Amino acid sequence: MTANRILPAIAVGLILLFLAFPILVVVIVSFSSATYLTFPPPAFGLKWYAAYFGSADWLRPTWLSLWVAGAVVILSTTLGTLAAIGIARLPRALRLPVTGLILSPLIVPVIVVAIGIYYAFSRYGLVGSPFGMVLAHTCLAVPFVVTSVSASLAGIDPRLEQAALSLGATPRATFFQVTLPLIRPGVLVGALFAFISSFDELVVSLFLSGSGAVTLPRRMWDDLRFQIDPTIAAVSTLTVALTVLLMAGAHLLRRRSEQVRTTASSSAP
Amino acid sequence: MRAVQKTMNPMPLLLTAPLVLFMLAFYAVPVVSMLMRSVSDPTWTVANYAALPDDPVFLKVFWNTLVTSLIVTVGTLLMGYPVALALVRAPKWAPVILILILLPFWTSVLVRSYAWMVLLGRHGLINESLLAAGLLDRPLRILNTPLATQIAMTHILLPYMILPIANALRQIDPSLARAASGLGASPFATFRQVTLPLSMPGVAAGMLLVFVLALGFYITPAMVGGPREITLSMLISQQVDQLNWAYAATLSAVLLATALGLIAVCYRLPGIRSAFRMNAR
Repeated sequence: MTANRILPAIAVGLILLFLAFPILVVVIVSFSSATYLTFPPPAFGLKWYAAYFGSADWLRPTWLSLWVAGAVVILSTTLGTLAAIGIARLPRALRLPVTGLILSPLIVPVIVVAIGIYYAFSRYGLVGSPFGMVLAHTCLAVPFVVTSVSASLAGIDPRLEQAALSLGATPRATFFQVTLPLIRPGVLVGALFAFISSFDELVVSLFLSGSGAVTLPRRMWDDLRFQIDPTIAAVSTLTVALTVLLMAGAHLLRRRSEQVRTTASSSAP
Repeated sequence: MRAVQKTMNPMPLLLTAPLVLFMLAFYAVPVVSMLMRSVSDPTWTVANYAALPDDPVFLKVFWNTLVTSLIVTVGTLLMGYPVALALVRAPKWAPVILILILLPFWTSVLVRSYAWMVLLGRHGLINESLLAAGLLDRPLRILNTPLATQIAMTHILLPYMILPIANALRQIDPSLARAASGLGASPFATFRQVTLPLSMPGVAAGMLLVFVLALGFYITPAMVGGPREITLSMLISQQVDQLNWAYAATLSAVLLATALGLIAVCYRLPGIRSAFRMNAR
């Protein structure tokens, strides 16, 4: 009986090790003091972090990626939240094609999106421009905002909005004082996803970066073509730390909004 | 149409229009106009498609892409099902298991592919440990082979298999398994005849998701894969670099049609839609 339980537990443990181990190795290598890539490191140090923070070649793409991701968040969250509210009230005949268009970047292979955008943007002079990068990344980020906000909207009790309207609130006031506070966690989660999707995006950047809009993943990619020194491990560790922090935030936020919703609906009647 | 106009409030349209126009201008029209090159170059023609069945490069690359996706789908299924089962059956360990699944899931594909370069390289962790243990005389060549692509893609896509299966397992009424064992079924018979069949919608959703995502993989095979065993995405990228737009557009249309066709067919399977719902990242 115990063997029946121990063997599967070992198998699952090994698979989980397979999942987590490669990332742990990158984190450990980033703290290596060796001048080349070796594992386990002979000694630990912050050499490769110093190399990263001391190099304008690394910091310039980092600032560009943060700037692009910030602009993508503002654009995709604004457009996506308004659209999600609109879609919920659209007649059915229009709702299907509109959601199909907006969510399609989730299933269209990203190489097809990337070369399509490259094909058009190269005619408008938008290749090698941070502005063009923001436009392209926004299209890829919008599905995350719309799905997240739509899920929040679906959880709202419509009677709350009806109550506000019947008590004399204008539609505008109802939106800002009732609807928006209720969907705020969904909007925030969508914004975090949008940030990460742009900050980590590589395939579109490979075509659109040119020489004027080299993002951090693009810079890492170029570096990996020639060498794999541990600077990349340090950069990787920093980006992993940033995304894990943001995703954990999104995860907690979503959980809390679910709890709020269940307590609100259980106390409603 | 008239009935719609009469009752329709213009507000939803005004709210949706900015995003729809944005997506049309910077995404849909660019992608469609690129795809049109496959039928309008050099003149209006279907010759680009008609040439594909006799094109050895396309056939080899398309076959390689399908085989890679299939191997990765089977690999993630074999490794994902036990983890999904543990996630649902061992609530005490569930938070730890979930963190170990989500940590790689939240890490970018670029970083995860790089991690496999570090592990599989000629002087990588695996070769160095096997050499140090005396199990090898000289380093194995794993990096830049199809095997490296398959390992790294299995790693990257594993969470997409685990999450829908766990979701399907969670929806199974636990009293069914209790009834089966109460009626004398062994734990294995209970699993095989009750749990496994009821989890099939999750398995189908996970397989579809992993296969379709694997079809479009570009970064990972380009970084860790073999120089000759390229995928459809890599061939498309090469053709764009050579400004061979008609061919790139034709290949893109084939890739897109394969992905959408699979989704359309599988969406008719019973239960797969509900299994999918949880999964929008």
